Parts: sequence; C-alpha cells; structure tokens
Amino acid sequence: MASPPVDELTAPRVVPGGDGSALLGSGSSRRGDSLFRWVALLAGLVVLAVLALIAWSTTKEAWPVFREEGLSFVTSDTWIPAEGKYGALAFIYGTILSSLIALVLAVPVSLGIALYANEAAPRRLRKPVVYVMDLLAAIPSVVYGLWGVLVLAPAIQPVYRSISDAVGDVPVLGWLFNGTSGRSFMTAGIILAVMITPIITSLSREVIATVPPAQREAAYGMGATRWEMIRSAVLPWSRGGIVGAVMLGLGRAMGETIAVALVIGSQAQITAHLFEPGDSMAAVIVNQFGEAAGTHRAALIGLGVVLFVVTIVVNVSARSIVGRFDRRMRGA
Amino acid sequence: MTDLSFDREAERLLLEATTSRSRRVKDRLASVWMVGSVVVAVVPLAIVVAYVVAKGASALSVDWFTKDLPAVTRKAGGGMGPAIVGTLLITAGAALMAIPLGVLGAVYLHEYGGRGRLAGLIRFMADVMTGVPSIVMGLFIYTVFTLRFGLMGFGGSLALACLMLPIIIRSTEEMLRLVPDELRQGSYALGNRQWRTVVTVVLPAAFGGIVSGVMLAIARAAGETAPLVFVIGAAARSLNTDLFSGNMTALSVQIFSNAQTPFAAAQTRAWGAALTLIAIVFLFTILARVVSARVARRHNA
Repeated sequence: MASPPVDELTAPRVVPGGDGSALLGSGSSRRGDSLFRWVALLAGLVVLAVLALIAWSTTKEAWPVFREEGLSFVTSDTWIPAEGKYGALAFIYGTILSSLIALVLAVPVSLGIALYANEAAPRRLRKPVVYVMDLLAAIPSVVYGLWGVLVLAPAIQPVYRSISDAVGDVPVLGWLFNGTSGRSFMTAGIILAVMITPIITSLSREVIATVPPAQREAAYGMGATRWEMIRSAVLPWSRGGIVGAVMLGLGRAMGETIAVALVIGSQAQITAHLFEPGDSMAAVIVNQFGEAAGTHRAALIGLGVVLFVVTIVVNVSARSIVGRFDRRMRGA
Repeated sequence: MTDLSFDREAERLLLEATTSRSRRVKDRLASVWMVGSVVVAVVPLAIVVAYVVAKGASALSVDWFTKDLPAVTRKAGGGMGPAIVGTLLITAGAALMAIPLGVLGAVYLHEYGGRGRLAGLIRFMADVMTGVPSIVMGLFIYTVFTLRFGLMGFGGSLALACLMLPIIIRSTEEMLRLVPDELRQGSYALGNRQWRTVVTVVLPAAFGGIVSGVMLAIARAAGETAPLVFVIGAAARSLNTDLFSGNMTALSVQIFSNAQTPFAAAQTRAWGAALTLIAIVFLFTILARVVSARVARRHNA
C-alpha cells in the first residue's frame, strides 16, 4: 500500500472560524518539506550520476587505445605493451572460461542448498543453513585468493596430473582436462564457484519462497513425493527467477578480481585445456596497472570499460528477470 | 502434544505402501543431493576459516597491532598497524558518505517516488550498480579523482562508498517498506509535515533494520581489495591517519601483495592480516545479525 495522498491533509483550505494556519504549520515548514524532498531526490540521483560518470570517464581515458586499436582491441589476442599492441581476446576468453567453470560447479550446489533450506530441511536447521551461507558470503575475496594460491593450488596439482593422465586418450575429456598447473583456469573456477554460491543461493531462495503454498499442497495432495513436488510445483514456478539468479552470479564471477589474479596463473593464452594457466580481464588490470603508463594504462582502463559493459548487460538482463518475480511476490 | 516420531513412522509406512520403488529412490537421491550441497558449501568455509586461524594466529602479537610494516617483506618482524588503521579509516570515510546518501535515496524511493517512473529507474539502476565489478569502481575513482588529486586514503573511501551506496539504498528501502502506514497517518493526523514524519517517525521505526543493512554493507566494503590497489598508494609502510594526504595502506591490499611473494615471513604476514580482516568483517556481520534479530523479536512481540 502506498502512503495516503498527503495533499488532502496538508493542502491549504478554508476552515470555518480561522485560516487553519495553526494546523497546517508555518510557511518555513512547508518550504522544509519541498527542500527535504529535493535533497532526497538528489541522493537518489547520485546512483544514476555515478553510473553515467563511470561510463564517461573510463571511456574517455581509454579513448586513445580504442581509437588506435579499433575492433581489434577485442578480436586480437596479441597483448604486447612494449610494442604497443593491445588485443584483449585472451583475457576476455579467460574471464568467460573461468566464470563458466564457476557456474557449472556452483549452480547445482546453490540450487541444492536453496531447495534444502526452503523445502527439505527440518525447521530448526533452516536458519543455521542461511546463516552459514551469509558467513561464506562475508569472507573477503582476497582471503579466498590467499587460501587458493597458498593451499589449494599446490594441493590440487597432483589431482590435476592424475586426472589428465587418466583421461588423456579419451577424445573430448582428454582435450579439456589437460595440463598440470596448480594455478589455472580450473583453480580460478573453483575459487569463483565458492564465492558465487552464496549469491545464487540467496536469490534462488527468495524466488523459491514465492511459490504459492497451494501449489505445493496440490502436488502433495496428488500423492507426489517431495522430489516430485519440487519438480512439478517449485521448479516450474521459479525457473525464470533462478535463471536470473544464476546470471547475477555470472556477473559477479566475471568481475571478481583479486582471487582470480592470485590463482589463474597470469599467462594469457586461449586454450581448451582447463588445467593450464590463463589470465582474465580483471586480473590483468590489477596485476599490470602499477607498472603501466601512457597507452598501456589507457589499454588497461579500456579493459575496465569492456568489463563494465559486459557486466552491465548481464546484470540488466538478470535484474529484469528477477524483477518480474519481485513484483509477483509483492502481488502487484 | 502430538508425538512426532509416531507421525514420521506413519508417514514412512504410508509412503512405502503408496509409492513405487523407483519414485522412492528418486526422492532419496534428491535428498542426498540437497544435503550434499550443504556439506559441499560448508566444507570450504570451515577449511578456509581453519587455515586462516591456524596460520594467522602465530603472526599476532602486541607488535602486530602497533608497529609499522617492515622495510623488507621477506624478513620477519614489524607489524600491521598502519594497515589496520588504514582499513578502519578508509571504510569509516566511505560509510560517512554512503550512509546519509543511501538512506536519503531510499527515503526518496519509498516515501516520495513510490511507483513513479523515475523511482523505478533509480531502483533498477541501484540494483545494476551492485553488480558493477569493484575493480571498475577503482578505475573510475582513479580516472575522476586520483588523476587530479593524487594518491590518498580518501580515494579508497570514495571507491568503497560507490560500492556501499546501492546496497544501503536497497536494504533501507526494504526496511522502510516494513514501517506500517498507520504510523505515517498518525503523524500526519498530529499535523506533522511529511519531512518531519519521515525524520521523527518513519526512520526511527525502521532504525534497527537500516543499521543491520548498513553493517552488512560495511562488512562487504572493509574486505574489498581491487578498488583500493591503485588509488590509496598502497605501498605505504608507516602510519598515516590523514585520509586527505599521503599514501595509506589497508589490510586487504597487504594480504594481496604478501600472498604473491614466495617468502615464508611474508606469507605468515598475509595469513595474520587475513585473520585480522576476517575478525573485523565477521564482527560487523554478526552485529548486523544481532541487531536484525532484536528488531524481529520486537516486531513479533
């Protein structure tokens, strides 16, 4: 319910036996009202201003590179700052590949947790599950990166080696699961998966919570098991929203910087071998920015622009999908 | 009181009598998947926290909190004082900017904008803004602020404020939504103007929830690294309490730079900084939980 129309209460009107000014407040108070409204509006507009400024200022700084490289900035994979060559394709590839690995790992787990917390868990366990996910989300990404580079990468290297030995002759698998580097696309994907699981879980949970109880009861009433109820009532209802949640997770994975910079191996290459080192847009920016100057710096900011545009596109589409569910939940 | 164990037993018998074996197996498998997912998610949390505590605890001492960073990172000694102070100051600076703006923005969205088109646009864009990568925020502040005014802690505050703003706007708006309209109407009936109603009735009523959302935003910002790396002059080694001049460092940045070295002393320092940072972040997260739990209790009472 929206607030009642305030004007009815505050608009000047003729009151028998007086002008009503005592009731309606002084003129300064009325000015206070419109002032407050404007201040609040300005605060809200800061969001739009910041987004516009991000697009404008970063594009402006990166312009020399965009002008020089043109489309080859995103279609060439030759990135040699010393020779003035800036082709970011290998980084774009690394960003996409590591994020996709993260999604493949995180989506089934996130959905499982969301369904468990909303549908299957005993009542007293539901809150703790949510609580643990909150803590998981609260751990700073640099800490995951630290753990990834000092603990996970060395520990997982022999695992990669044995997998790559085992499936080496199998056509597709041997091609994908190839390489022996602890710091690799795969390690980055694993760390990213841990980081985006809480996001996908909490958004999926919100969507699943909008499933009307009547649908569940109807399914149970027809004699469905819990799984059949989930498949026939919960999932069809929330499919769109879950897709949105997954896309938001994708957006987060693509923009994640520090953890990826530490574990991806910082070696730009386009390869399907998941156990080999690569590099991502965000990781390159943070690793090279310190020693970059001139065009090189402009090129790194240009990578930021590409990243910004991609994540905005992903987020806008995801939010449109999730937004539909939001409205449905509020019964509008 | 019903006997739950009896109910469950009855349910199981009923299920077996009425449900085919393959359907029951599928149901069991789904349960295994769901419980397994929780386990898979809890394991990394437990492992990471255990490592940070085990490896980081040895770095902590009185010196850790008071001394400057060592000149040579590969040797032991020195402390993390400047980084701890830096993280707290930069985050506080960000909070001081983002909280008033965020709360006012939310007031506009819920109390004035309502379902209008502009409010809808701002709301949508705030959601989109939460998805802007933190490294992009760092680049943004670098281009509009650092290039003009140089490296300083305040640049980090600006970047973190940009990350916190949309989170605070959206969480505060959710809380304003929970304030019953009767309170607003009561205030109008007493002759209060809308702005006085918002300031003296609506915001106090939503205070607990707003605080909890703000705490979560602070917790998230305090752990950020990418937006700080090239705007605060992170190579600083000595204490600097002035946000507006001179290089400043932060815990997250110290973890990042120390983790990249092959030296044991530096790595220990990274673990210690991670433990300190997680302690700060968890403190805010748990505070948020406590505040929101208290608010929920009051609502139920």
